[in-house]
Amino acid sequence: MSEPKLSANERIKSHSQHLRGTIKQGLATDVTGAFSEDDQQLIKFHGFYQQDDRDLRNERKEQKLEPLYSFMLRARVPGGVCTPQQWLEVDRIASELTTSNSIRLTTRQTFQYHGIPKRNLKTIIQGLDRKALDSIAACGDVNRNVMCNPNPVQSKLHQQAYYWAKKLSDHMLPHTKAYAEIWLDDEKLLSTEMEAEPLYGDTYLPRKFKMAVAVPPDNDVDVYTNDFGLIAIAENDELVGFNLVAGGGMGSTHGEVETFPRLADDFGFIRAEDTIKFAEAVMTLQRDWGNRSNRKRARLKYTIVDRGFAAFKAEVENRAGVKFQPKREVVIGDRGDRYGWAKGVDNQWHLTLFIEGGRIKDLPGKTLQTGLREIAKIHQGDFRMTANQNIIIAGVADAAKQQIEDLARQHGLLGEVISASRGHSIACVALPTCPLAMAEAERYFPEFMDKIEALQQKHGIAEQPIVVRMTGCPNGCARPFAAEIGLVGKAPGRYNLYLGASFEGTRLNKMYRENIQEAEILSELDRLFARYAVERNAGEHFGDFVVRVGVIKAVLDAARDFHD
Amino acid sequence: MSLKELSPLASPLSVSQVAQLQQFARELTPLQQAWVSGYLAASAGAALPISASVQTQPGNTLTILYGSQTGNGRGIASQLAAQASAQGYAVNLCAMGDYNARSLKQEQLLVVIVSTQGEGEAPDDAIELHKFLASKRAPRLEQLHYAVLALGDSSYEFFCQTGKEFDERLAALGAQSLLARVDCDVDYQQAVEQWQQQLLTAVQPHLQSSAQVVAIDSAKRASAATVFSKQQPYEAEILLSQKITGRNSIKDTRHIEIDLGESGIQYQPGDALGVYFSNYAALVDELLSSLQLDGETTVAIQQQTYSLHQALTEVKELTQLYPGLVQFWAEHSASEELQAIAADRELTREFIKKHQLADLQRLYPITQVDAQHLVDVLRPITPRLYSIASSQREVDTEVHLTVGLVAELRNGIPRYGAASGFLARAQEGQKLRVYVEANKHFRLPTAPETPVIMIGPGTGVAPFRAFMQERAAQGITADSWLFFGNPHFEQDFLYQTEWQQYLKNGQLSRISLAFSRDQQQKIYVQQRIREQGEDVWQWLQRGAYLYLCGDAERMAKDVQQALLEVVVMHGGLAVEAATEYLENLRVQGRFQKDVY
Repeated sequence: MSEPKLSANERIKSHSQHLRGTIKQGLATDVTGAFSEDDQQLIKFHGFYQQDDRDLRNERKEQKLEPLYSFMLRARVPGGVCTPQQWLEVDRIASELTTSNSIRLTTRQTFQYHGIPKRNLKTIIQGLDRKALDSIAACGDVNRNVMCNPNPVQSKLHQQAYYWAKKLSDHMLPHTKAYAEIWLDDEKLLSTEMEAEPLYGDTYLPRKFKMAVAVPPDNDVDVYTNDFGLIAIAENDELVGFNLVAGGGMGSTHGEVETFPRLADDFGFIRAEDTIKFAEAVMTLQRDWGNRSNRKRARLKYTIVDRGFAAFKAEVENRAGVKFQPKREVVIGDRGDRYGWAKGVDNQWHLTLFIEGGRIKDLPGKTLQTGLREIAKIHQGDFRMTANQNIIIAGVADAAKQQIEDLARQHGLLGEVISASRGHSIACVALPTCPLAMAEAERYFPEFMDKIEALQQKHGIAEQPIVVRMTGCPNGCARPFAAEIGLVGKAPGRYNLYLGASFEGTRLNKMYRENIQEAEILSELDRLFARYAVERNAGEHFGDFVVRVGVIKAVLDAARDFHD
Repeated sequence: MSLKELSPLASPLSVSQVAQLQQFARELTPLQQAWVSGYLAASAGAALPISASVQTQPGNTLTILYGSQTGNGRGIASQLAAQASAQGYAVNLCAMGDYNARSLKQEQLLVVIVSTQGEGEAPDDAIELHKFLASKRAPRLEQLHYAVLALGDSSYEFFCQTGKEFDERLAALGAQSLLARVDCDVDYQQAVEQWQQQLLTAVQPHLQSSAQVVAIDSAKRASAATVFSKQQPYEAEILLSQKITGRNSIKDTRHIEIDLGESGIQYQPGDALGVYFSNYAALVDELLSSLQLDGETTVAIQQQTYSLHQALTEVKELTQLYPGLVQFWAEHSASEELQAIAADRELTREFIKKHQLADLQRLYPITQVDAQHLVDVLRPITPRLYSIASSQREVDTEVHLTVGLVAELRNGIPRYGAASGFLARAQEGQKLRVYVEANKHFRLPTAPETPVIMIGPGTGVAPFRAFMQERAAQGITADSWLFFGNPHFEQDFLYQTEWQQYLKNGQLSRISLAFSRDQQQKIYVQQRIREQGEDVWQWLQRGAYLYLCGDAERMAKDVQQALLEVVVMHGGLAVEAATEYLENLRVQGRFQKDVY
């Protein structure tokens, strides 16, 4: 039997001289705002995607203008922590060098810019570099931004968990000097043949690879949706190790049943000092065993399903040189953020601000961008971006608390009452910039949530948090398949409706209705909320309820039962 | 087409036939030439078959067009192309977005592979062709055999809708189906393989017997009985008035397509089109009301009677002032200020540049003028000239213009250029009177291997679009270099996608761009000329022709200065010698200008 043909991206990577390709030439080509097709794959490894304003595509075609190309650049900010000085630069770049004039917080605790013209890319990356920020490996077939619970209350444990998130992020960075050469004008290597990629090799990973560190009982990082997850285990408030989980991932393709979302498997407990060994073992095993002929089936989750859990686990232990211990008992709880002020064990204050859709932009009466800038000018602690696209002003001393609160109120960052469900809900960017989106998400979601809130009020369940998530496509940036109510775009105005995930993110949902419009979605939910209000058990979450009463079957093993 | 430009690449004649024809033509007097052209046209119309296409023999070619969003369609199309090539067929594989819809009428065998988007829309790449086929410009396609493969997702309501529409439209235009359309769902592989086999069988007989020559009726075009002129313009029809600057542009530049129908009008790249226009209805109304005149009043102009409204709309110039009119207004308004202006020639000239009749009336109103008196003092409308932006080798009986809308807010009131406003407001089907104004001093080099440098910022780029169409149609790939500039890359890159295509095809060798407002320091084309002065000089040394088109007042002077510096710096000449060098180029016809 002959080997299956490698996917086109594999050829691009292997011919790229460690991610250089012809990016430099592409930057110098001023007749187009785009990069060549092959380079469009490579620039992802440098942290940005080529996009175009899809609202204007047809109009510009008639105007004999190419699509309005721009770039979305995402930074690498392990655990979402940055300093006020960094924030000020992030803010300046957004205002001066992007056409969207906004900062978008992502579901993976970093920020991204939309609407960067090609001619501004280099200036932006150099600006970030001056403040010790970068976008290396923020996208592409590599380890992406490492998430970490930003728990401001148990600050000691957070510090220890964050240490490992940062260490993993740094350790898993590609070694190529391409980024420094192209963007920071570092001297060109005489020969790239001597340049080694010890962890990745010349073709990097078959597909993206996502890591997260959770600190129970919080599961804001949605640890089971990651390729590689660590659940912190503490003894006497000291981190001793992690329950390691692996093989989660959201991305799938409509109508292709061999693709599916999946939650990570529990592998067992590892000691903290073995973290890097296990992370390397899992990642290199995916590098070697992962599917390089079909990108739709190239994530780690498929490798584990195809090779079998036992074989995979044995090889991980073999490569790590350490065996897994039985997993420790641990309670996995809420995926939301704690809004408002909270006091940590270190007596510092932390203010969590709800940022709708993660979009930091100045609007009349809601000058979020200016507000955060003003706070950054006086803030002595740090900023933490959360997995729910929110931001925490962390480490505020008693004396500064009132001043920061005043600024937050003055700029509309604080003061509105956020319903329980809205506070637990997220949407991806989608139209008009994301090339994958089939339907609206961020632009439409606030209005959709108004309607969900109205329905909850109608049935007297307004106090009940329900995790609602919407994405424009099934790649799942907002982790829709782990939502109690998941909406995944099919076409403008049309979504698949998924139900039955657990509140804590430990069970996936399943498709309930296909390709329906808002009116149908709301009428289905109206009916189900009515039943839920009457028939629910005490403390029972909506996702558990619909499974218990048989509205939808539980997904227990996604490879087998997500599509059945 | 003139004989000196006749080349075997662009005609159905062989090299020796071209030489014979050129030799023969040189011996003819103009009168003899006219007689011969009539003779040939008449006999062509009667019997002689003339090949329809200049590039290939499309009868032997299987054209495969794909419109695809995700790449599935492209994949299937490439597969089919490979299979057909393997069987020895000539294949033209092309994305719909890159396909020139005008070639359709020359196709014999066409395969369409197209997907459908969300709610039944065509994929981006297919939108233009899809629209073209549905428009009244779509030609009859009796000569065409075709097959359609539709891709879709049956969970959507409008499954394979775009494919169905292509099928219906092609059939409605007279094309014959080779094979029933196949609609493919998400799991298309098997259906596609089967279809590919059936298709290759179905095209076989056509490809084997397709060497015949197609006859076209060329008599119509050649028998240009009427000669249209400024005095006797042709009543043409607007096909399209399309804004080609982006929605956030500070400029409004239009691409205008005009149908010359069966006028037989011929033009050369470099020529201009004279355009007559009607004055803006709102402007006429404003004047009538401000002058307190009744539009129904009858007035006489050169022994013809008109209503005043009609005279102001169709006959009289309203936007261009002249000193006599300023003088007239000065007398009748009794304004000292205006009288002072009218008494000074320089002040009058400045005033005329920045005002039109309605401004004059607003600033220095008069009310005691009767209709006939007003009409007598106004000048007749003069047609405006626009450099033609198309070549007939490409657009046949159409003529294209690139028009900057002149619009300005004066005292809070928008004022428009008379012709540019008329063209910008024009709808499809609007009639307008036009004629060709030949410009013998703006012509491509006769020798096709001569390099050309084209400098055309803003709407000055228009004739270079005509040049490129002409060169592409003639198959000329000799060096060509375009300098273009405008305020913003994203908004004002006129004909961007066309230049990209010419670059990709190697028909344009080089482009240098200056977008003045994309950075803090303003950058104009003259700066690019200086920066690349060494290459400019080398091109000139190799015999390159220089062309300059656009704004005369500032741009042309700045470019001239930059060229002078290039000659001084890289040619090592003193300023005087360099000036003489450029002047010599001009005398030799190697430096041609069309500035306005």
